[in-house]
Amino acid sequence: MDFFNDKHVEAAKDLLYKMADDQLIIGHRNSEWTGLGPILEEDIAFSSMAQDKLGQSEHLYNLLHELGEADADTVAFTRNENQFHCCHLVELPIGEYDFSLMRHFLFDMAEAIRFEMLIDSSYENLARLARKFKGEIKYHTMHANTWVKQLAQGNEESKARMQSSLNETWPLALGIFEEGKYESVLKDAGIFAGEKELQEKWLTEVTALLAAAGLQIPENATPTNGGRYGQHTEHLQPLLDEMTEVYSIDPTADW
Amino acid sequence: MIKSLDPRIDRAQLDHDPIKPLEQLDQFQTFEVFHQTKRGQQHVHVGIVHAPNADMALLYAKEQYARRGETANIWVVDSQHISATEYFDQDIFETTPEKFHRDPASYKVMDRIKAYKERVKG
Repeated sequence: MDFFNDKHVEAAKDLLYKMADDQLIIGHRNSEWTGLGPILEEDIAFSSMAQDKLGQSEHLYNLLHELGEADADTVAFTRNENQFHCCHLVELPIGEYDFSLMRHFLFDMAEAIRFEMLIDSSYENLARLARKFKGEIKYHTMHANTWVKQLAQGNEESKARMQSSLNETWPLALGIFEEGKYESVLKDAGIFAGEKELQEKWLTEVTALLAAAGLQIPENATPTNGGRYGQHTEHLQPLLDEMTEVYSIDPTADW
Repeated sequence: MIKSLDPRIDRAQLDHDPIKPLEQLDQFQTFEVFHQTKRGQQHVHVGIVHAPNADMALLYAKEQYARRGETANIWVVDSQHISATEYFDQDIFETTPEKFHRDPASYKVMDRIKAYKERVKG
């Protein structure tokens, strides 16, 4: 990364932090379904994807470590909520299964497109990760799309539940694309084309899939912003306390 | 409410007696899963998954049977579409031992094969 100047490093860190924190927090949230999923097969599939997300976050934290941040465990387990860059969508409690599925759908579609855009990034180590995660993420979106279609076209109850969880998650999902401080730096350096472009691509794909499923996108929604700048809902700190309980008792514990 | 050391269980606010008889829609139908390790090889039956339709069955088959190790392809088949023999008729597979005429060893060809190999070598 010789071509990186200090500004580029700061911009790359900002991008990596929000991606890694999103993955860590949604991974942790989705893992809360382990053992409680609706049927055995779904329980296993959802838990396995949650593990994928935790694994992906670790790779991203390792890139941050290369750029001079503390190691992955320290970064993941010792920060307070105001040091996290995740969007509000990922930090909300799991709710009922329809809520978790709709969040999984909206988030993973954005994540898939983000990594697709990063495959040609000038930040070669990040581009390599984007290529490495491609298969995992493709399965995650297949799973999400199949479920959303299935339930939106199921019976009256499943359709109503999917619509109401879409209404609830939509403004939160728009918060994924809250712009950072370094949009133009990232774009000019060829690292990442930016949140705006990501949101446009996401809107096109998600709109088509939701229309095919027969669901209505809420109109005039205001994005739930703030997460990228360390402002969070009351749900994040209790999640962090629970996630870091063992680490806080014994930081050298192996498990 | 059930009290647990697992905070997720407390949050779920489960009744004291969560084990109730299954209702009709609590269990999906089954699909038979066939797994292929490499392209060109046979698909091998590896087990079943419960799913509401074939698309979902493929999703689950991937997680149940292809999470570890190499996989090229997966088939799922609705279990109801499998035709099977009856165990009652298992005796159709029994063969009488004295059928040397059907045994490859009965064919006296080894002498001729040996002779051919020597001729080719020579």
